[in-house]
Amino acid sequence: MSFRFTQTAIDTEAARRELQDFGAGGYVSFEGWVRDQNEGQEVTRLEYEAFQELAVKEGDRIVAEALRRFPVKRALCIHRVGSLGLGEMAVWVGVSSAHRGEAFDACRFIIDAVKHRVPIWKKEHYRNGNSGWVNCERCAAEPQHPPEHRHRVATAPKEPV
Amino acid sequence: MSVAPIYGLILAGGASKRMQRDKAALKYLGRTQLERAFELASRHVDKVFVSVRADQISDPTRAPRPMIVDLGEGEGPIVGIRSALAAYPEAAWLVLACDLPFLSDAAIEGLLRRRDPNSLATAYKSAHDGLPEPLCAIWEPAAARALAGYQAGGGQCPRKFLIRHAAHLIDPLDPRALDNVNTPEEYSQAAAALESSAPMQLKIQYYALMREQAGRSEETLETSAATPADLYTELTARYGFTLSREQLKVAVNSEFSDWSRKLAANDAVVFIPPVAGG
Repeated sequence: MSFRFTQTAIDTEAARRELQDFGAGGYVSFEGWVRDQNEGQEVTRLEYEAFQELAVKEGDRIVAEALRRFPVKRALCIHRVGSLGLGEMAVWVGVSSAHRGEAFDACRFIIDAVKHRVPIWKKEHYRNGNSGWVNCERCAAEPQHPPEHRHRVATAPKEPV
Repeated sequence: MSVAPIYGLILAGGASKRMQRDKAALKYLGRTQLERAFELASRHVDKVFVSVRADQISDPTRAPRPMIVDLGEGEGPIVGIRSALAAYPEAAWLVLACDLPFLSDAAIEGLLRRRDPNSLATAYKSAHDGLPEPLCAIWEPAAARALAGYQAGGGQCPRKFLIRHAAHLIDPLDPRALDNVNTPEEYSQAAAALESSAPMQLKIQYYALMREQAGRSEETLETSAATPADLYTELTARYGFTLSREQLKVAVNSEFSDWSRKLAANDAVVFIPPVAGG
């Protein structure tokens, strides 16, 4: 299982051990953290929700694609769900590889594709008491925008090769 | 001013020359039109009555249900509507002709949700000519006086009345929902169409914004929606979803799906609003 969810803090040490491989010369990881600002609003907390059955399938497909595209050894992605405070880790991606270049590339590919394709949603809660589903509320306000609209994931990869 | 409660009125009084049979007794999927319309209205309002002429009071198709008998002069739907407004002057009326076999819960919900109690009536625009559909409409208590004046002036047509009095008009979501059936040929076509699209059960799960707007995280639903696209139209009428279909993806049985896939009984459907992981 190369993509999974957790309700509790991500154990990065345990996750890192899953990537160990005697053929690997190193590993790259990415951690996504809850930030205190988004689009000019002061964020106090985030709530993550996922359609887990499909999300795990799609996440596994993304990691499998990364392993096909890049000559890396192992890859893993773990995503939190539930309510997260500032500074908490929302997502972790790790890739081990013989050489560093493809490890960076594969890690970047996975996090970009996860943000773009996996059915996970986050609701931001703001200092002023408001809240909103990221990417949805603005979409609803502009129903005419084109279907190919990429929301805020400007670097999203193209469809699977 | 408080908003008037809504009762249901099923119009089943009319003689049917073209059909050459009592329309109220025509059967679809084993139920008479009158039963179907009465049950449909009963799912949405607390009290429902059948509008009848005085000579139909003991008719076996109509008799088992609460009735409102036409008062006074004349015939036709306008007399039935006036009689209901006179019988319960405090109520507004969800008026339904019984000869609309494709009328759905979604169409009734769409009408109730978009009701404007400050107009004399709220009605769908005909998908054919854009004119008001008076016999799938909400008639407000204030219409009683205006109808009396209209009839006193010789008016008999509820559609012309709604045009003259600027009824609140809303767009139909499913253009076929208000197709009526007037001839034996139309009846056999409609009956066949309903048989082939008999409702089935689907399971719908809602996430994130969709969950909040639907007010639930899942439901099991009886629907005739043939595709996820039809289902989204139906559920948007019910819940007022703000996202357009172009902004969503859809999953059937936990896999991404085409919007035009043919749905099967017990399919599990999830509408996927724009994602935001990471």
